[in-house]
Amino acid sequence: MSAVLELHEVSKTYLDGTDEVHALREVDLTVEPGRMVAVMGPSGSGKSTLLTIAGALETPTSGGVRVAGQALTSMSRDDRARLRRRTIGYVFQDFNLLPGLTAAENVALPLELDGMSAGKARAAGLHVLDELGLADRASRFPDQLSGGERQRVAIARAVVGDRRLLLADEPTGALDSATGEAVMRMILNACKSGVGAVVVTHDAQLASWADRVVFIRDGRVVDHTAPRPTPDSLLPR
Amino acid sequence: MSIRHALLALLSEGPKYGLQLREEFESRTGEVWPLNVGQVYTTLQRLERDRLVESDSPEADAGPQKGFRITDGGTEELAAWLRTPPDLSSPPRDELVIKVLIAIRLPGADVPEIIQVHRRHLVQLMQQWTRLKDEEGDVDLALALVVDAELYRLDSLVRWLDTADGRLKRAPASPPRETAPQIVRRRTGVRR
Repeated sequence: MSAVLELHEVSKTYLDGTDEVHALREVDLTVEPGRMVAVMGPSGSGKSTLLTIAGALETPTSGGVRVAGQALTSMSRDDRARLRRRTIGYVFQDFNLLPGLTAAENVALPLELDGMSAGKARAAGLHVLDELGLADRASRFPDQLSGGERQRVAIARAVVGDRRLLLADEPTGALDSATGEAVMRMILNACKSGVGAVVVTHDAQLASWADRVVFIRDGRVVDHTAPRPTPDSLLPR
Repeated sequence: MSIRHALLALLSEGPKYGLQLREEFESRTGEVWPLNVGQVYTTLQRLERDRLVESDSPEADAGPQKGFRITDGGTEELAAWLRTPPDLSSPPRDELVIKVLIAIRLPGADVPEIIQVHRRHLVQLMQQWTRLKDEEGDVDLALALVVDAELYRLDSLVRWLDTADGRLKRAPASPPRETAPQIVRRRTGVRR
């Protein structure tokens, strides 16, 4: 199966006054369907830039990005916007739910923006909320939900429809450990259903949920973990 | 891990046979600490000698078929042990810390690279524990607790490596006059 995300020698340079800042330097990264990759690094290492480039929110200075087999650089603005709505789901630390919409309306929004009828989009939204155990929260507004529930609604919004790539930036940052664990289980379950996910974080506990952990320092991928180990190797012989 | 007190805890639920004690110990510690038969019976013999447990046949050797029950003294001992904090007062001599301390004074050592080798290894271990928790943690409370403890322990080491990495980046090039172990000993009064 082809990769849901491929970064090939991606670099990003900003101008800070007259100084050039190299946020990313020749980064290669491939995410297969059904896999979770964690990108781990300290603040300022370039991990959030990597995520915004993977999510077609920013363009690289050089290098190639393919999402679900499509090269972003050769796409029109409209096509890129459609790809963002249809194929990519985003989860941010601060949830980014719209306060005037209910949980179900928030989840249905990307489908409606993509031209689906309100009725159909709402049904699809309710279906995802139900799958994620949030059916009884569907008609609540974000300020009537706990932090953990808001993040779970945000994940529902990120996986609704036919999403292939889930991008998460410190998704458990503001949550207590039990709620954070529930959020990571949700992302893992999304992967088990075939979605490819990239989680950027500075937190090793969060990163340890991933199939592969990529370490980033000063804009460069410096190392990665070995292929997924088996739990049996832990127990004493 | 005190096998002695774990056995007292199991016996506080009611009289048990040697074999049963061994099986229950393993299942309650998430099967992470398997015991050998000898350890169980030797410990039971000592507990009997110290009058913390009694057996149904004091003259026979401890074995799978010998029954034991806890004494009042054993119950008091267990209650006191549960409330006694483990000794965490002096800094443990951590091998990882020592390796990094040696690396920063070694001419030509690539310290960030050395730190990354350990970081990768720790994160890989954490991946294994998290996977175990994901697969078994829902059904086995004891295992989930053991895994949590191990994840926090490993996480604290990764955090220390991250902090060390950041500190090294900001640190002046010249080495410190006094070595870190000397300073720690002076400040905490830890003796060799």
